[in-house]
Amino acid sequence: MRLSKMQKFLSLSALALAFSASIANAATVNVYSARKEALIKPVLEQFSEKTGIEVRLLTGNGNALLARLENEGQNTPADLFLTVDAGNLHRAAEAGVFQPITSSDVLSKVPSHLHGTDNLWIGLSLRARPIFYAKDRVDPSELSGYEDLASDKWDNNVCIRSSDNIYNQSLTAALINHWGVEKTEQWARGLVDNLAKPPVGGDRDQIKAVAAGVCDIAVANTYYLGLMEASDDDAEREAASKVAIFWPNQDSFGAHVNVSGIGITQHAKHKDEAQQLMAYLLSPEAQQWYAATNNEYPAVTEVEWSQRLQNWGAFEMDDIEMGVLGENNAAAVKLMNRAGWR
Amino acid sequence: MAAKWRQLSLVASALVLGLPLFVIVAALLQLVVGGDFTTLSHLWQTVIPEYVRHSLMLMIGVAIGVIALGVGSAWLTTSCRFPGQRILSWALLLPLAMPAYITAYTYTGMLDYSGVVQTSLRDLFDLSYGDYWFPQIRSVGGAIVVLSLVLFPYVYLITRATFLQQSATTLEAGRSLGLSPWQCFWRIALPLARPAIVTGTTLALMETLADYGTVQYFGVTTFTTGIFRTWYGLGDLSGALQLAGLLLVAVIALILIERWSRKQARYDQRSSRPAEPFQLSGGKAWLASAACWLPLVFGFILPALQLAGWSVERWQVWTDIEFWQLAWNSFALAFTAALLVVTVALWLAYGRRQLPTRWVRSSVAFAGLGYAIPGLVIAVGLLVLLSSADQVLISFSQKWFGWNPGLLLSGTLFALIFAYTVRFLSVALQTVQAGLAEIRPSMDEAARIHGYRPFQVLRAIHLPLLRPSVLTAIILVGVDVLKELPATLVLRPFDFNTLAVRAYEMAGDERLADAGPPALMMVLVGLIPVILLSRAMLKSQQNALKEQDFVPVTA
Repeated sequence: MRLSKMQKFLSLSALALAFSASIANAATVNVYSARKEALIKPVLEQFSEKTGIEVRLLTGNGNALLARLENEGQNTPADLFLTVDAGNLHRAAEAGVFQPITSSDVLSKVPSHLHGTDNLWIGLSLRARPIFYAKDRVDPSELSGYEDLASDKWDNNVCIRSSDNIYNQSLTAALINHWGVEKTEQWARGLVDNLAKPPVGGDRDQIKAVAAGVCDIAVANTYYLGLMEASDDDAEREAASKVAIFWPNQDSFGAHVNVSGIGITQHAKHKDEAQQLMAYLLSPEAQQWYAATNNEYPAVTEVEWSQRLQNWGAFEMDDIEMGVLGENNAAAVKLMNRAGWR
Repeated sequence: MAAKWRQLSLVASALVLGLPLFVIVAALLQLVVGGDFTTLSHLWQTVIPEYVRHSLMLMIGVAIGVIALGVGSAWLTTSCRFPGQRILSWALLLPLAMPAYITAYTYTGMLDYSGVVQTSLRDLFDLSYGDYWFPQIRSVGGAIVVLSLVLFPYVYLITRATFLQQSATTLEAGRSLGLSPWQCFWRIALPLARPAIVTGTTLALMETLADYGTVQYFGVTTFTTGIFRTWYGLGDLSGALQLAGLLLVAVIALILIERWSRKQARYDQRSSRPAEPFQLSGGKAWLASAACWLPLVFGFILPALQLAGWSVERWQVWTDIEFWQLAWNSFALAFTAALLVVTVALWLAYGRRQLPTRWVRSSVAFAGLGYAIPGLVIAVGLLVLLSSADQVLISFSQKWFGWNPGLLLSGTLFALIFAYTVRFLSVALQTVQAGLAEIRPSMDEAARIHGYRPFQVLRAIHLPLLRPSVLTAIILVGVDVLKELPATLVLRPFDFNTLAVRAYEMAGDERLADAGPPALMMVLVGLIPVILLSRAMLKSQQNALKEQDFVPVTA
């Protein structure tokens, strides 16, 4: 019966773990994060070291974490909810899981279009989604903006990932705001007609497809190019060297950016500590690390860009109110469904 | 009276396990009663036909794939002798340890337009993309191949056990009537193995329906894609649950059709001794050997080599204590959950055997449906339930003790293990039921006549005979839990990670090399039980040959 002893031990240790997770501690702050562990934990550890406040972390899919927050209601252990993409932040705000941020110190650091409605959340970093082109086959003067993706000039020559992806949904949501539903739907149809391959794979795959000659232009988030440039795989670095960034719509609304952001939960039990952590995340040193580690743009304007971002060049960002991206998200998905963008 | 209570407790426990599924059923009912079809009708007009078509193609393709690979290799390794047959008979289980999405990553890394194969082709013949034809790995076909390669061991395992105990006399009758080995297979062994093949294929197909990781990575839009697109994209969780409800209805229909189609047939055989194997030599032996190595190489060895390559690239990770903590978390969780799930399965399967009333049978069948529902959907159903239960507990405790115990059920390991039970009960149930079916009622009766009490019958007769199938069930569930991702991601407590979570977080960011070490570790942890299972299988086979006596099922 060696087995049953083992079984007892295991179930005991499982119980112990379960209980230790539910005991509240005074100097702690609990974070639900849709940003992956490797991209957030080091900065949280720095905060703990500085302040002595313990940070407990649960990572996961943004929608699933939101469902958990909603269901836990007033019993939730979470004090802060960090999620990526304006759509998800907006959905969380709509669901009523946030309370307004009141600290003027925190609010004043970040431009107001990166605040949620009623200051329910605040942006931490920005992710740009420009056009990429093949250096050897495309003259950047042929390009002007996102309109090009639907233009006959690029027939059978465009790569973009599936419309399942939230980045594409947000891009489309922004375009709906600038162009209206009808024009955006036409644009989506034109884009689908221009696709060089089915919209499969991740952003990095689209960049690689340009490098491999599958298509001449593609849409992707810039940090994937950063990952490729810093890769220890020769083939990836070589692919990265074959493509360049084109900053679209510089004469009109600017290049599309998305946001990662954070809010204090409605039923936070450690509100003080949560505010401290939020303030820390907006401090210059945290901002620099947080943005640089994933090649994102810092939300605090004064913070210096990493060398890589500087190499990619300065550009005009679309300064659309981030909440609008969330409001338009469902309309964007339906539009893409109709346009046959898979 | 006692039987009545027993029946009540059986139905009750099956229903408790089915509770998260009720949340889905409730969403469906809400749809029918409330009549708000806006989301569904939009989806119906735009994307659902394609999702359904792809899901059907995937299921038909995977069914053909797992049956061809699983039944073929099972027949060759049990009824024939050829070089490598002994190694193959256990090694063919190894693909089970490989999560499907990891196999998908590795093949995409190799076969995509920027992968090694196409890049070398282009360099070698000085071609550019589009000048040559190459199959697109990210497609329905690609998904069928990958899922078949990973899931065929279910069919192999269960069918093999049946071939092992097929009575020699039946096969020998065929041979004495002049049937060739092939004809023996087609006309005797295969039809007799039908229930086993169906069980294995059902498991594989339910896993296919619930799969999200592989199809999403391949950009293949299936019904499951629709569920998540509705939730994530449209922000409509109840619409997503309604789609899951439709999936549930489809699965129930499939199971009923299958039951009905074999209603009249019975497949009992009294196995006195196993058949003498065919000795293959020359070309035939090579062919048989190749046919069995093929799924092993593509389903396990190649992906494992790729993972090993990445792990060497990231060797520092292996010296990290935290990484070993992850491995321990995964192992302990899988082991605990597997023991629990199999215990529950035994209790239900026994009850169903002794009290096969309509109520007991249908509630047990209902509890087993979770296997076809995506883990994330089950997790959401469970969240709804456990949070409300927690709410009740907390207000009770505050009223009577003035103390807030926090979330005792949701947000702890309890929730996770509950979710695994709902999701994987079917695997344990099918395996244990197959084992129980072999213990004929006449054995119970004989023991009772000899004055054994029911409990003694269980201990002296059932347990020894059931041991192999219980072991199989523990291992299958354990390996499944080890690989499980979506439910783990939503339900786990703070600061608690598993190998699957780590591998996914890395791979989700397209950092495949970083995903290598946790994925390889997951395979290694999964290998230990799979090898144990294989050894148990071999042993029982040898015993069978020695004793020429009763051969227990599924091992």
